[in-house]
Amino acid sequence: MIGIIDYGMGNLYSVSKALERLGFDYFLSEDPEELKKASGLILPGVGSFRDAASILEKTGLKDFILSEVEKGTPLLGICLGMQLLFEESEENGVSKGLGLLPGRVLRFEGVTEDGTKYKVPHMGWNKLRFHHPESPLLTDLEEEHVYFVHSYVVHTSSPDVVIASADYYGEVPAVVGKGNVFGTQFHPEKSSAEGLGILSNYAELIERK
Amino acid sequence: MLTKRIIPCLDVKDGRVVKGVQFVDLKDAGDPVELAAFYDKEGADELVFLDISASHEGRDTMIDVVRHVAAELAIPFTVGGGINKLEDMKRVLRAGADKVSMNTAAVLNPELVKEGADYFGTQCIVVAIDAKYDPSIDSWRVYTHGGRKATDWEVIEWAKTVEENGAGEILLTSMNADGEKSGFDIKLTKAVSEAVNIPVIASGGAGNADHFDEVFKDGKADAALAASIFHYKETSVSEVKDFLKKRGVTIR
Repeated sequence: MIGIIDYGMGNLYSVSKALERLGFDYFLSEDPEELKKASGLILPGVGSFRDAASILEKTGLKDFILSEVEKGTPLLGICLGMQLLFEESEENGVSKGLGLLPGRVLRFEGVTEDGTKYKVPHMGWNKLRFHHPESPLLTDLEEEHVYFVHSYVVHTSSPDVVIASADYYGEVPAVVGKGNVFGTQFHPEKSSAEGLGILSNYAELIERK
Repeated sequence: MLTKRIIPCLDVKDGRVVKGVQFVDLKDAGDPVELAAFYDKEGADELVFLDISASHEGRDTMIDVVRHVAAELAIPFTVGGGINKLEDMKRVLRAGADKVSMNTAAVLNPELVKEGADYFGTQCIVVAIDAKYDPSIDSWRVYTHGGRKATDWEVIEWAKTVEENGAGEILLTSMNADGEKSGFDIKLTKAVSEAVNIPVIASGGAGNADHFDEVFKDGKADAALAASIFHYKETSVSEVKDFLKKRGVTIR
């Protein structure tokens, strides 16, 4: 069963309902003891990186997540939840993330190298480009549009963790992962058939475990 | 590349879609969830629900609508109307809406936009601006209370202010063009879209697919909203999108 980590930073309702519609069992909890019973975890997140990172730290959820990942439990971070998988963010001053994936989270510059201004947040439907189509998250999926809404973007010097990306004045890591750790910058539960496909692939990966 | 968005808007009163919806093939054209699902199937990129309930009961019913829509649809949606304090935003967002939109409340209390953006992130906060051309200032003036009250704000100045306060998006309605079906207000949309660094949704005046092409190319809009032409089936979301694709607009 999937355990959705409820730490007060996110819209858990839509993700839960999406899993229900897809026919997968899940539960919500903030309690590491409860969450230990899950065979796979989802870390949602909307809001500020700094607040989220500090709540995870204070509640002991950070240590819990790290030890579960160490044990091989699959983890999927969504939106801010994905950004938290990386080393650090500069949102409201530098704060440390979970450090499960190499990279930093920086604000979109809002201006290109040649001085052209562009809009931030990156908001709307953008097309995925698959870099690692063999990833279990992309099984049976095509390079389709998904819904993004974010002002900060992951910068990583390890292209092997970028499973799929979108193009918005540079490469935007959209699906990331390494081993049993995964993340999506977009909201799969709000990304029509393609998003639900990714969520479903993740849930099946857990069931197969 | 980010696509241009087509956004149908539904007016909801006491839990029912109202104001000129004519859908012969739906069992019940007044059901917001059914209509939302219809537009989703047609390829709508996003939906806006405007709660025009006057009573507390109506507002509570809206929360149920939001919950049902979020449970059954996998596209993002915004809820506007009756958002006057942080608590209102919490209720709507927790029920599964992706964004909240404020209009009069943002003018009366600009701090509200800041509070919302700090708490939920700028991406959740939409400021709706109703603007009407005023020759005395040779620009557009911002109106509140559903277009009944003129304010002292000039539209560009106000748009920049809400951006500074943390709005993640602007829903810009031209009061001159609204209901005329003779096209979006290109000058207004372009002026606002170029003045701010956040996405702008153009609204008011959509009469045919050509108008969407104009507002994306000449008006520099990031998204375009329409109500009656979709509700009355004068055209459909998929027709508009097919047309735009042929015209070379990036569309999902």
